[in-house]
Amino acid sequence: MSVDNIIDVKGLEKSFTVTRKAGRLRRRREVVNAVAGIDMYVERGAMIGYIGPNGAGKSTTIKMLTGILVPSAGVVRVDGLEPSRQRIELARRIGVVFGQRSQLWWDLPLRDSFDLLRHVFRVDAARHAANLARYSDGLDLGPLLDVPVRQLSLGQRMRGELTAALLHDPSILLLDEPTIGLDVVSKEAVRQFLVEINQQQGTTVLLTTHDLTDVERLCQRLLIIDHGRVIEDGTVADITARYGTERTLIVDLVEPGPPLDVAGATVSNVEGPRQWLRFRRDEVTASDLLRRVSQQAEVRDLTVEEPDIESIVREIYTR
Amino acid sequence: MVWRHLVGARIRADWQYRTSFFLFLLGQSLIACLDIAVIASIFTNVDSLGGWSGYEVALLFGLGGVSFGVADLLISQVETASRHIKAGTFDLFLLRPLSPLVHLSASEFALRRLGRVIQPFIVLVVALFKAPIDWRVETALLIPVAIAAGIVIFGAIWVITSSIVFWTVDSQEVASAFTYGGNMATQYPLDVLGVWMRRIATFVLPLAFVAYFPAARMLDHHEPLGLPNIVAWAAPAVAVIAALGARAVWGFAIRHYRSTGS
Repeated sequence: MSVDNIIDVKGLEKSFTVTRKAGRLRRRREVVNAVAGIDMYVERGAMIGYIGPNGAGKSTTIKMLTGILVPSAGVVRVDGLEPSRQRIELARRIGVVFGQRSQLWWDLPLRDSFDLLRHVFRVDAARHAANLARYSDGLDLGPLLDVPVRQLSLGQRMRGELTAALLHDPSILLLDEPTIGLDVVSKEAVRQFLVEINQQQGTTVLLTTHDLTDVERLCQRLLIIDHGRVIEDGTVADITARYGTERTLIVDLVEPGPPLDVAGATVSNVEGPRQWLRFRRDEVTASDLLRRVSQQAEVRDLTVEEPDIESIVREIYTR
Repeated sequence: MVWRHLVGARIRADWQYRTSFFLFLLGQSLIACLDIAVIASIFTNVDSLGGWSGYEVALLFGLGGVSFGVADLLISQVETASRHIKAGTFDLFLLRPLSPLVHLSASEFALRRLGRVIQPFIVLVVALFKAPIDWRVETALLIPVAIAAGIVIFGAIWVITSSIVFWTVDSQEVASAFTYGGNMATQYPLDVLGVWMRRIATFVLPLAFVAYFPAARMLDHHEPLGLPNIVAWAAPAVAVIAALGARAVWGFAIRHYRSTGS
């Protein structure tokens, strides 16, 4: 295992025994492998997207990385520690945000939650004050500090959660769906802040998300898991190149006409003079295709659409 | 200390719902008064219960009740683990550099439970004046020792029974049978119970060491349950064993925690 890797995971497994009803009184015990042999690593200072469909094992992995769950098999090292055995020591080095669960004190002002966390994590007063000033500035929390958490909007609360997770200067930030349910502006604020934290302080960030804009904007590397296994590992560009073979040529013709019949492409949509032609990059180039189109009709304008990460991931999941 | 800050936060949060706080405090006090009324009504009909006079039973009631009340105030919050596991919020306790037991009992602290300590404390003070206690330095010393041991024993029972929820989330009622039921059992002389119940109360749930043996020693009752009454001084050792057992069971439960949902 490399010393540069802040997270190192080998052969990680987690299985649960569930009892299901089978008939009126009988119950059947079944073993479910939520995580079925994951190998992964995260370099110190990286920002990694951990994505997969619901039930793929993302949250279960995060819970094993934090020491909440004890692995059934395999080796986990986070910042050199074994999470389930050294959970309390690890807690001081990691910051965790669960998008769906608040770690703030519901009935107390935001400021009180931060103050309590200072005592829980034993951060000295000066460092706490400096960190709080910096984060409340960066996330625009100033006017919210004296508002009880229950009165905050989801976007405001999420900014509070991020601050709460960072006040003890963790070396890793683990985020489980940090942008879930947020509006566009709040999502952008959260992303902007994560980029700053990662670049300015070198905090390693691992996030799970269903929002692929998060991934495109934030992640240098992408781990895609399904059925408890890593099925893809690479940069967004790598994965796009490997899977995003299908591109679309959109042409605006001078006059509306019937769907074009061009070798190497299929028309997927027609709207008046505008037509969408889908083609594979390994079969035909955009310029060849354009030449063939020009032989049939006069082209006024064109764009080539690259596949977005969303459609690529959908393609990977459905394999 | 972190505990103090977390408890303070909880009290401040609860203070926003003042009416509810006072109503609950009143309710708790009424329940405690009712317990006293039940025993008092028994003694309007009989002079002694299992060989124990009214004020002697009051001593039992006071010792057991104060121990139970303080354990209820400080440790019983561990039973909210069940609610946190169901809601998925137990995860958060495991993300802090604190023992989840300390964190949970501090975060769920309920000052209103003070209502359950006051009445038994008054009963205890009255009993200390009125009961035929064999006052010696040793018997006087037994009072704080028995109460401290009782708090630990009740606390241990709470922690152990609450650990069951890590396997079967809906076992809260089973746990309550042992804790609240245990409190009832300490309020009466064990002599009135059947032989098997006595054995359980002595060796399985060591409730006899909370009030019965210490009170028997203080009142110089010979051979409670056929044992020499010096057995009262085993209470601290029993408490230590109970605490170690509770720690082991809780630790085992935490390692088998299956977090729910995402």
